[in-house]
Amino acid sequence: MAKASLHTAANLLFFTLIGTAMLAITFELTRDTIRQSEENERKKLVVQIAPAASYDNDIMKDTGQVASDELLGSDEETMVYRGRLKNEPSIAVLQAIAPDGYGGRINLIVAIHKDGRIGGVRVVSHNETPGLGDYIDIAKNKWITVFDAATLESHKERDWKVKKDGGTFDYMAGATITPRAVIKAVHKAMQYFALHKEEIFEPVQDETSGKEKTK
Amino acid sequence: MTSQEMKDILWNGLWKQNTGLVQLLGLCPLLAISNSVVNAVSLGLATTLVMTLSGSAVAAIRDVIPNEARIPVYVLLIAVLVTIVQMLMNAYVHSLYLVLGIFIPLIVTNCIVLARAESFASKNGIRASALDGIAMGLGLTAVLTILGGVREILGKGTLLSGLDLVFGESAKSLVITVIPDYHGFLIAILPPGAFIVLGLLIGLRNWVNLRAEQKVRNATAPAALSQPA
Repeated sequence: MAKASLHTAANLLFFTLIGTAMLAITFELTRDTIRQSEENERKKLVVQIAPAASYDNDIMKDTGQVASDELLGSDEETMVYRGRLKNEPSIAVLQAIAPDGYGGRINLIVAIHKDGRIGGVRVVSHNETPGLGDYIDIAKNKWITVFDAATLESHKERDWKVKKDGGTFDYMAGATITPRAVIKAVHKAMQYFALHKEEIFEPVQDETSGKEKTK
Repeated sequence: MTSQEMKDILWNGLWKQNTGLVQLLGLCPLLAISNSVVNAVSLGLATTLVMTLSGSAVAAIRDVIPNEARIPVYVLLIAVLVTIVQMLMNAYVHSLYLVLGIFIPLIVTNCIVLARAESFASKNGIRASALDGIAMGLGLTAVLTILGGVREILGKGTLLSGLDLVFGESAKSLVITVIPDYHGFLIAILPPGAFIVLGLLIGLRNWVNLRAEQKVRNATAPAALSQPA
């Protein structure tokens, strides 16, 4: 009886080891490719909203950390991409979180030119209802481009709302909670940028993303 | 494996024991992912791949594992294979991976995979088990595709939307707008829509089956009667 149990246990252990080895090998083989595709995915979005003419530095490597802030909706440090033209700050890509989406948090990136003009907004990840609230995703709908070129001057305080609430932004009938959350988050990110413009571009960290590179 | 056995395996997987319509196993992904054709086909094929691999793996080791430890070993094997498929997809078909997202790890919990390992692969050879995996997987894929198609047309008025997420921007032109200026019918996209359409599909399959049986009976009955005469 005891012998049979031991035999069974040894068998299980054997297959666990084989399984672990297979997973470890696949993980090693795919790790670099996966990291590459994830980085490409984020870069694709950044490139979409930061016009190529607006910077001449390597925006993907000129990154900085900004402390958590209520205006960004963040509760930890977030990364900001910084674009410069002839070494002068020109555009920043901030990460902002809309905490009050219909399905929880909506992660956004917002590109803002130095003069306070929005370069573009993209949704990085969200949990909105498929087919209803997910039109904020550029892959599904062009809605998110309503923010392009908006400034705090062109859109006053009361304009940062959906049309239904007396603002200037379009939305789709049936899903108003989602665009409300996004508009609010973008507005706050604009305010954050206006307040912290200097800090965002300031400390140029030479070692940024260095550890990612050398492996 | 004779050709008759092969035919039986295929027939079982695709129609007689269809996982989606007859065994009614693996309904979790069926309901969650079948809101568009592209999603449905993608997950169906991923499941097929996992079932083929797990079927052959289980068949290969069926004589080695002690009877009382077989279920944990099967579960372990399936989990390992799914994780490998997930990592490979993440690495080499990243855009498809983004679409399927959370549903790939869920293939582990799809009871049809374990069910086939236990009821078929543990008693049959490697090639038969691999074929069974393919047949069962394709049967599921077919049901998923029909479900996805019906729900997509009813819900969004399009067909093949999201194809560009898999094959890149150029595939956008292949998206078919079935009903122009359609405003959407939300319930078809949400889980209740999946239940309703699945119910109709099961009914349709049973009806087709009954009619076929009726025909066979009608064809053999007169023959049986006329024989003694």
